Amino acid sequence: MKMTMIEPIETEKSLRRPEVGAAGSAPVSGGKPVMDVRELRAGYGSGDVLHGISLAVPERSVTAIIGPSGCGKSTFIRCLNRMHEVAPGAECRGQVLLGGRDIFAMDAVELRREVGMVFQKPNPFPTMSIYKNVAAGLTLNGVRDKAVVRGRVEESLRGAALWDEVKDRLDGPATGLSGGQQQRLCIARALAVEPKILLLDEPCSALDPSATARVEELIHALRKRLSIVIVTHNMQQAARVSQRTAFFLMGELVEYDDTRKIFTNPSDKRTEDYVTGRFG
Amino acid sequence: MSVERHFDRDLDGLREAILRMGGLCEGMIHSAVKLVIESDPSLLPGITEREDRVNGLHLEIDELCLNLLALHSPAAGDLRLVAAALKVNSDLERIGDQAVNVAETGCFLSNLPQMKLGDVPRMAELAVAMLKDSLDAFAKKDVELAKSVIRRDDEEDRLKSQTFNELRSLMQSDASTIQRALDMILISRNLERIADHATNIAEDVIFMVLGQDIRHGVVPVDDVGDETRAAAPKSGS
Repeated sequence: MKMTMIEPIETEKSLRRPEVGAAGSAPVSGGKPVMDVRELRAGYGSGDVLHGISLAVPERSVTAIIGPSGCGKSTFIRCLNRMHEVAPGAECRGQVLLGGRDIFAMDAVELRREVGMVFQKPNPFPTMSIYKNVAAGLTLNGVRDKAVVRGRVEESLRGAALWDEVKDRLDGPATGLSGGQQQRLCIARALAVEPKILLLDEPCSALDPSATARVEELIHALRKRLSIVIVTHNMQQAARVSQRTAFFLMGELVEYDDTRKIFTNPSDKRTEDYVTGRFG
Repeated sequence: MSVERHFDRDLDGLREAILRMGGLCEGMIHSAVKLVIESDPSLLPGITEREDRVNGLHLEIDELCLNLLALHSPAAGDLRLVAAALKVNSDLERIGDQAVNVAETGCFLSNLPQMKLGDVPRMAELAVAMLKDSLDAFAKKDVELAKSVIRRDDEEDRLKSQTFNELRSLMQSDASTIQRALDMILISRNLERIADHATNIAEDVIFMVLGQDIRHGVVPVDDVGDETRAAAPKSGS
């Protein structure tokens, strides 16, 4: 695997926030930023996929990332908990600040505890029970007290709106759950380590409408406690669940604004064409 | 890269239906005013026949809009067009009703001795021009034309007040004119309402084009953005 190149930007000029009016620096409504992304560039060795993204993720809110396939939205959120750099040949430059700390200077395990991630396809640990799936993150982080673990597992399963459905079969295999339940289990697993941010990469694309609705309700409930960044191809979902929406196109952030504005009166013609289905 | 959308054909159909309905309403007002000016009740059946068609389009356009919302989940400019079409549809239906009111009152008047029409023909001319221009603004997405419609509404209101005052004085001085004067007041009131509906349509056009809601004077018409989206795209990062 090629070494990941992290090049923090150090000049005073580049550390300044982008000027007001640039797409990435649109005023953050709904809270102060919990994560600040500045001039993020990323690629896989043969050129950049992201061409200098700057945006702030507001506290306790849902930020949706939309854009056509290949626009860099998954690469973008995979940078936010340094999952991008585990890919062969991956490169990443720029700055991502989590509560003022540069994530590229943090221990990756510590970072991923604070910035959890749920993927497109539910991926519970197949050999583990429901209980052990949720407890896994805690065990990895050295929590040994069984009472603490038990309490946190229940709290996380309740937080993921799954407790009532699984409380009588916690020792059963996680793979015995339906797709929607497995996805909520993955969310519970991420919640168990009490992250500040939850990254959701197309979390409902493999789910039916009913399971999708449950996950969306869950997203609404979770944003009272943490920040969520969701990548979705489903624009109605982005409109339903998020407060802020970023539109990516060919590795650039075209527009970042309140979700209501993006879907009723976007400022950029390219955003308008995308959300109305004229291209993509 | 743009793709041709089946949805665009449906939106074109919606625009076309609105303009067809608007054309019928314009014709109804023309005929109703002609009926009043020429004391010609024979024009009434042609007006009520068109009202039936307007009412049919009212239902058809509402259904078309609901289908577009339910089946296509429109966003941005498309969403604003459908939302505006729903409201314009209601305004046009009311305009049709008011044209019938003018015509029916004109029929009553035709059985009475003639009286001076005063500013009523001028009010009718202004209301019809406002309706025509509001529909042109809808068809061409013309914000400046829509703004000019809104500005003209004050003149229509002034003419109505003047007409009311003149007719009130007439009734006070000559009791035999009361019935006719009341009918003329009803006619001028209906014409003024038609101009109000045309103003609503113009406000909806501005919302449709700019996404700016200017109703109830929240934005003075002179402050309505003159930069269209096409002229001021926000650049990327």
